[in-house]
Amino acid sequence: MAKTFSKGGVHPPENKLSANSAIQIVPPTNVVSIPVSQHMGAPSSVIVKKNDQVKVGQLIAQSAGFVSANIHSSVSGVVQKINTIIDTSGYKRKAVIIKVEGDEWMENIDRSAQIIRNFTMSSEEIIKRINEFGIVGLGGATFPSHVKLSIPKGKVAKVLVINGVECEPYLTADHRLMLEKGEEILIGIEIQMKAINVSRAIIGIENNKPDAIAHLTKLASSFKGIEIVGLKVKYPQGGEKQLIKAVMNREVPSGGLPIDVGAVVHNVGTAFAVYEAVQKNKPLFERVVTVTGKSLSKPSNFMARIGVPISNLIEAAGGLPEDTGKVISGGPMMGKSLNSLEVPMAKGVSGVLIMPDNESSRRRQAACIRCAKCVSVCPMGLEPYILMTLAEREMWEREENERIMDCIECGSCSFVCPSNRALLDYIRLGKGAVGKIMRARKA
Amino acid sequence: MKISPSPHNYGKDSVSSLMYGVIVAMIPAMLVSFYFFGLGAIIVTLTSVVSAMAFEWLITKYLLKKEPSLIDGSAIITGLLLAFNVPSNLPIWIILIGSLVAIGMGKMSFGGLGNNPFNPALVGRVFLLISFPVQMTKWPLPGNFPMEYADAATGATPLGVMKEGINNGEPMADILQNIPSHMQMFYGQMGGSLGEVAGLALLIGCLYMLFRGIITWHIPVSVLGSIAIFTGILHLASPEKFADPLFHILTGGVLLGAFFMATDYVTSPMSQKGQIVFGVGIGVLTVVIRVFGAYPEGVSFAILIMNAFVPLINNYIKPKRFGEVKVA
Repeated sequence: MAKTFSKGGVHPPENKLSANSAIQIVPPTNVVSIPVSQHMGAPSSVIVKKNDQVKVGQLIAQSAGFVSANIHSSVSGVVQKINTIIDTSGYKRKAVIIKVEGDEWMENIDRSAQIIRNFTMSSEEIIKRINEFGIVGLGGATFPSHVKLSIPKGKVAKVLVINGVECEPYLTADHRLMLEKGEEILIGIEIQMKAINVSRAIIGIENNKPDAIAHLTKLASSFKGIEIVGLKVKYPQGGEKQLIKAVMNREVPSGGLPIDVGAVVHNVGTAFAVYEAVQKNKPLFERVVTVTGKSLSKPSNFMARIGVPISNLIEAAGGLPEDTGKVISGGPMMGKSLNSLEVPMAKGVSGVLIMPDNESSRRRQAACIRCAKCVSVCPMGLEPYILMTLAEREMWEREENERIMDCIECGSCSFVCPSNRALLDYIRLGKGAVGKIMRARKA
Repeated sequence: MKISPSPHNYGKDSVSSLMYGVIVAMIPAMLVSFYFFGLGAIIVTLTSVVSAMAFEWLITKYLLKKEPSLIDGSAIITGLLLAFNVPSNLPIWIILIGSLVAIGMGKMSFGGLGNNPFNPALVGRVFLLISFPVQMTKWPLPGNFPMEYADAATGATPLGVMKEGINNGEPMADILQNIPSHMQMFYGQMGGSLGEVAGLALLIGCLYMLFRGIITWHIPVSVLGSIAIFTGILHLASPEKFADPLFHILTGGVLLGAFFMATDYVTSPMSQKGQIVFGVGIGVLTVVIRVFGAYPEGVSFAILIMNAFVPLINNYIKPKRFGEVKVA
């Protein structure tokens, strides 16, 4: 029996339409908008001004604290203005607008195809480099990577867990990256193992990607301490806590962090970015993104520069289909629907999913029939039906006691509900209110 | 373009697909009842189903003043279950009363589907049992598609024979002579309510619901398991006074109750641990009523009593949370 996490989970249709499309490079557009808030934490502070000349890979916004990240230009050209734009989150955010001129990279970036295996940096140097080069978690949460790699005092890391699960339906960016940049990923993992001083790394990959499992297993034989574990397909296995349970059989305590069980979790995309930063001197200014959808003529995987409009990527994948009803940044389970196609590509965008109109609307909500399906699929062992009712009635203390803050917002409850109840919508409301109360109590 | 929070897709089940799945699962038992009880079974079933739907429609439209909706199929299930729980020679007017009580009192008075604390069909059945004890305990004997309805020849159920025999102090071997063999009972060749006799057909329906993911094993297994263990202990202690476990499982409404009525979504607990407690409670109460109580049969009462405990079970028996350990 293949390993998986033990509690709950669902099986949405996989729809990995773009699994066989190799990663293509999309050239940048004439103008790009690079948001200064592409990561979890404080927005970065802009250090360029209007009419400045910038090169590809040049620092344009500086990290504004420990939990923040540097941002680099993805193009060469002239800064047109610093403006407020709507980004993939749907909020108005500050961004640097750059008019593209040529494609001139910073001189120290190694653009050759040669794979560099050996590295000499110390743990501190690696973490410093990752911090400077603006690397954040590329699985979607965009948590600054140097923070995760800086083990807090009193804690000891034992295992580096690498997330190659890609449990979201439709998305194939990590899958393609593992097939095409396998060795680079493994070197990136070795670098991170050095950074947190562990001798063991486990890459978890779901069994629906047998080619990636075979490829990495073959490559890993020449690396010390890296294991590849095939996992039974089940959503949300890519959730940090679920993945740790699946590959290490440890439960991260409620309210705790992976490091509490000795684990540090990073995505395969992040491992690749770490490789490029340390071995190739390349900051994070481009990433792999899946552009997909049932009506799209060419579901594709692109290596896309940060800041190009999403519409440009859709154009490269065959153009927006006529029956489009919804465009989502990310996958169907946890992605955010976009209100404009002109929002720029950002570090956290792993996919662009175009849903046909007939699949885009919410279905009519009916009364709860107490079938208990939401309870049995919840991977955190919560009772979504109670959390929803309590949120409707604004009973926040009870909501906290029912452990609403444990919810990882995977959406399994809303997905499975036969009455189409908006369980997760209400749970999010509840989390917001309870989180506010908890912060006020601490202050 | 449309905007909405995640998730952006839906699973395959809807309320009506689940309800119609249950109805499909009840078809084998219904067909067996048509074969053994003939015309009477057909009349009772049709009356019960049609009247349940009609009452739900009328009450929704004229009392609750809402747009009536029968498409979810839950009224059909209530009607079928009520028919399964009565003798096949029951007069139409009594069925209509049972159906009105089931839908009106058991379901709609609490606000309709999803809000009723008690299984509606059982509310109707128990109401009839208490109000019309004579008509409700005259069981037609099984035949090969008999054409009699109200004038069908009647007899006692195996459970009734057993209870009376034990009360009269007859030896167990003599009592067993007077009731069908276990195998006959498994096929459904015995007197009883029309849907409860066909063990095999009920089992097929249950397996179908398990396979479709409509129900989980927790309730059926805990009901049957606890009945088997409880009556097994009694039987081993005194085989002359207590019937064997298989007899108890195959007779009366045990299989019907365990598969179709205790598993009713609305009136069973939400957590799997809670469902096992609920199932064991039904099993134990059923045996207590059968062996020590005045009635020969106790499944209906046991389920209704445990229905009343469901809110309490939901409140105290929670699923095991992920990461339920102290933060180090």
